[in-house]
Amino acid sequence: MTSLAIRRWPGALSRTAAMFIKEFLQLRRDRLTFATMIFIPLVQLMLFGFAINTTPRHLPTAVLAYEDSDVGRSILAALRNTSYFDLVQVVRSEADMDHLMRSGRVLFGVEIPAGFERALRRGDRPALLIAADASDPVAAGTALGALDGVVGTALARDRGLPDTTDAVPAFEIRQHRRYNPAAVTSLNIVPGLLGVILTMTMLIFTALSVTREIERGTMESLLAMPIEPLEVMIGKITPYVVIGFIQAALILTFGALVFEVPIAGSLWLLAALSTLFIGANLAIGYSFSTIAQNQLQAIQMSFMFFLPNILLSGFMFPFAGMPRWAQFIGECLPLTHYIRIVRGIMLKGAGFSDLHAEALALLLLMLIAMTFAVRRFRRTLD
Amino acid sequence: MPTARDGNGKAPRNGDIVIDVEGLSKSFDGKQVVRDLALQVRRGQIYGFLGPNGSGKTTTLRMICGLLTPDGGRGTCLGYDILTERDEIKRHVGYMTQRFSLYQDLSILENLEFVARVHGLADPIGAARQAVLRLGLEGRERQLAGTLSGGWKQRLALGACILPKPDLLLLDEPTAGVDPKARREFWGEIHKLAADGMTVLVSTHYMDEAERCHELAYIAYGELLAQGTIPEVIAASQLTTYTVSGPDLNHLAETLLGMPGVDMVAPFGTSLHVAGRDAVALDRTMARIGEGAKLDWRLSSPTLEDVFIDLMSRSQDNFR
Repeated sequence: MTSLAIRRWPGALSRTAAMFIKEFLQLRRDRLTFATMIFIPLVQLMLFGFAINTTPRHLPTAVLAYEDSDVGRSILAALRNTSYFDLVQVVRSEADMDHLMRSGRVLFGVEIPAGFERALRRGDRPALLIAADASDPVAAGTALGALDGVVGTALARDRGLPDTTDAVPAFEIRQHRRYNPAAVTSLNIVPGLLGVILTMTMLIFTALSVTREIERGTMESLLAMPIEPLEVMIGKITPYVVIGFIQAALILTFGALVFEVPIAGSLWLLAALSTLFIGANLAIGYSFSTIAQNQLQAIQMSFMFFLPNILLSGFMFPFAGMPRWAQFIGECLPLTHYIRIVRGIMLKGAGFSDLHAEALALLLLMLIAMTFAVRRFRRTLD
Repeated sequence: MPTARDGNGKAPRNGDIVIDVEGLSKSFDGKQVVRDLALQVRRGQIYGFLGPNGSGKTTTLRMICGLLTPDGGRGTCLGYDILTERDEIKRHVGYMTQRFSLYQDLSILENLEFVARVHGLADPIGAARQAVLRLGLEGRERQLAGTLSGGWKQRLALGACILPKPDLLLLDEPTAGVDPKARREFWGEIHKLAADGMTVLVSTHYMDEAERCHELAYIAYGELLAQGTIPEVIAASQLTTYTVSGPDLNHLAETLLGMPGVDMVAPFGTSLHVAGRDAVALDRTMARIGEGAKLDWRLSSPTLEDVFIDLMSRSQDNFR
């Protein structure tokens, strides 16, 4: 028994070694797999380490002041001093404020009512209104938590005020969590998930489409036929637009039925901009397909593209909390724009006037990817 | 397109020459695959393109139909420039690839309809159905192309190629791995097409197929070594051949190799083909070997295979 096992050993060892050497050689030839092995851990580390911040500071805030007073200024200064609020814009009307919040350009709106200072000096405990975009509860949460300290520090140095004690603050900060007042996670996740799922499936579908022709040997006769690269691309992409639509309809229906996620805005606008988003992702996947040598490479490339989409788009982590470079990368990803669109329409009731910049960005990304793909598509076997 | 064409718009520019290329060269990764190749094929001919594996046959076919850009050289295919008028070439040439390149996961009919639509035929479904009938595949048109046997796959591929009624057919080793009966039928079909005026350029390395061609060209290591009709090619080889039969031919073959005048020895069943270019030296050698031995040896005319194997061995020598 043992002698048999021992006698078998050297054979098993050399066979295992044969396999090992073969795998190693093949791995070494496949440069993209090699690159993936290096790229993915490095990128993950960089993104998680530097870009992602779950307690974001310096969040864009708009101010709507109905009076110009010393007290108002010191309150704004105190807000800025918390380092959570960056006062980026002064608006003149409620409508402007709403527009900024719906389009996602600011996360907070501070409203100082008329006669605030007078009421304060009379000891009437007036209210300061802070509206927060709670469609992303994480981004809004910590900043709102920091508000408690603001009241005291804001007025500490203002001696002309009546008895400010800790027990009874001189004024009240009224928080208004908009769009998702109860901070329900599914309200935040489901719209974003719509974008994530569409990105993943659309990318993979088209990333495989050209490489499949190459791998199965059908590319040669396809190229010998009188068909233009643009015609090939449009013909290959279009069926998946329909599939994307079916997916979107499924997610929205389930979101509404199971998770009670509303669609506050226009369903037609959502459908139109989703088509644009689906198109952008299909075009990007297709352009990967024109670069990749085989289906595995196409999948790897899609995955490498998918990763920053998840991390930098604002789906998982607050976009406003990321450093500039990460935000810049984020702006180049279709998902970032779509998440703003889909949260805007579904939760905030945003209209096209609030979202035209995002729509334009999606259109641009799609056209860039399509142009690249059509130029990359080889018309010969060279 | 500023081309002189007759009423049906299909006549090539320079009369009856369908393919006219010269100086074609192509290399991949620094390795020269085709060098300075010239080829002329006349309308309605079945032109055989012969050569060993890796000799540059496929590369040449691909350059002619616009799938590869030659590094050097120029020429026309159906009167269209192979460098600048590829789109036109693709419209009028049927190219059958070496590897089965129809969609395996589409049915026979669906594949044919796809081809018909890409070529913009007026009634793609009707055209596909007609092709099914012509192929003798009625009743099986819903079968997936991937499930067909090798011979049927080739017939289907040919059927797809001729569906848009091309003026020129390029076939790249169309009968590789196909049984003799299917091969014969395939060639019957090709001759019918040629009789109807289609020009066919077919690459192969089967000698019996070469003999079915009107004219042929032999290419090895990227160079064209012989060209013409079969008698022309054989005459041009200036090969003298003896057929030897008798006992212990294996031993004899070894002895013969290296003797003066003997360039090639090849066993053919129970006999031996001995060939050489130097007729005088070969005659003398054969006379010496034949003496006393119980051998039956006689002068015979060289076969195409003798010629090609001789050409190939010589070219290899040049190559080194």
